[in-house]
Amino acid sequence: MLTTIKKDKHMKKIILLAIVLFLGASTNAQDKYFTKNGTITFDATTSTSPEKVAAINKSVTCVLDSKTGNTQFSVLMKGFEFEQALMREHFHENYLESDKFPKALFKGQIINSSQLNYSKNGSYDVTVKGQLTMHGQTKDVEANGKLSVNDGKISISSKFAVLLNDYGIEVPRLVSDKVAKSASIKVDCILQVLGN
Amino acid sequence: MKKIRDTIKVLALLLLIWSKVSAQEEDLLKLVAEDKPQKELVKNAFKATRVINSQSMEFLSPGTMDFIILHRFGQISEGMSNFFGLDQASMRMALDFGLRDNLMVGIGRSTYKKEVDGFIKYAPIRQSTGMNSFPVTIAIAAGTTLNTLPWSDPLRQNYFTSRMAYYSQLIIGRKFSDKFSLQISPTMVHQNLVASSYMSNDAFAAGFGGRYKVSKRMALTWDYSYLLYGVDMDLYNNPLSIGVDIETGGHVFQLHFSNSTGMNERAFLTETTGSWDKTEIRFGFNLSRMFQIKKKKESPKE
Repeated sequence: MLTTIKKDKHMKKIILLAIVLFLGASTNAQDKYFTKNGTITFDATTSTSPEKVAAINKSVTCVLDSKTGNTQFSVLMKGFEFEQALMREHFHENYLESDKFPKALFKGQIINSSQLNYSKNGSYDVTVKGQLTMHGQTKDVEANGKLSVNDGKISISSKFAVLLNDYGIEVPRLVSDKVAKSASIKVDCILQVLGN
Repeated sequence: MKKIRDTIKVLALLLLIWSKVSAQEEDLLKLVAEDKPQKELVKNAFKATRVINSQSMEFLSPGTMDFIILHRFGQISEGMSNFFGLDQASMRMALDFGLRDNLMVGIGRSTYKKEVDGFIKYAPIRQSTGMNSFPVTIAIAAGTTLNTLPWSDPLRQNYFTSRMAYYSQLIIGRKFSDKFSLQISPTMVHQNLVASSYMSNDAFAAGFGGRYKVSKRMALTWDYSYLLYGVDMDLYNNPLSIGVDIETGGHVFQLHFSNSTGMNERAFLTETTGSWDKTEIRFGFNLSRMFQIKKKKESPKE
């Protein structure tokens, strides 16, 4: 094949183009940012609840590909910390069934990623669109947030709501005055370059 | 002919590029090393720290206080005149405290013989999955009861220590599945003073307790003790209780039928007079309410 290529000018151009496209399309580790200590809090407290129905997870894994805007989160359900031990037991045993569904995953894209300059300090309003898998159910999620570049580190933050029913999480009528139908989710992660 | 061959080659090359590009969108998370599988304690084999009467293999989370009211009505065999036992009542009030994940203490007082009791429960080994997994929870419980009734014969030489009894037991339990748990508890009870000189001061029993979860918040429970030695079987019977656990928010309701009146180890193991054969069983309930008295330092921010 190579001998015939040498003689064919057209073929040479096509292969050159192919190589350029190939190189342009690959991303290397320098374009990827990650953290294993991201923070996610959820709050499902109603106005009539005597206690806060909320928890915080400080060991969230997040990976961001700055070349494509791909963003993925992995959240270990048992990593959520509660003020009340009994609330944590019920959360895992009755609501999220964490033994059956140990992790929540989000796979999505930052829509306006190509407009962001990841190599310069700056702050941008972003929209992330993707799929959230929790309690065995997958649903489309779209959320607005902020992305800031600060000396090579990327901070992302976002606040959005999820309907518990969408993910098969049942709230019995008996506690419906304490546990809200939708939970407010807050994401705060500081990502650094994924070195090789 | 040559043009076609070339086109095919180009298409093949472009296909290679495209597959490399699309592969980038796949699992980014795989690039970040997964944490090693950790040891995980198995929890909630039973919904409460007592099966019905006996200590269960479960513990309270540290910083938790459990206020429990145990109630036993009269015997159903007493019929309509006593409203099938509901006109009579025997009660125990208790406060349990969770000190560590595997250590708890509790105090209580029963109206039956006006007995005050206290216990400590410790699990040196707990059932766990993951790294270094262990198939069962092994716990030790020990307690004391103090009879506070006035002496029946004040003129006799009465000793304070005669009011006391002690029990110690080993609890070996396993959560077989999300729905089914089973535990056995060999127990020893020592009473400083017994009713008659022919009776033994020491009694040995083997407890069998279990639960079968019927729904997310409801379970069937049974609590049986087989008396091995030291209890006069002409007067007394093996205690057997069967019931239902219902969990709602911060409360656990345990509703059951039992042939024992006593609600501490000394009382229900050595003094169960009722017999299931003669429907000398009583309806009763345990009501448990948990309070978090020592909150964790960090809490979710606003």
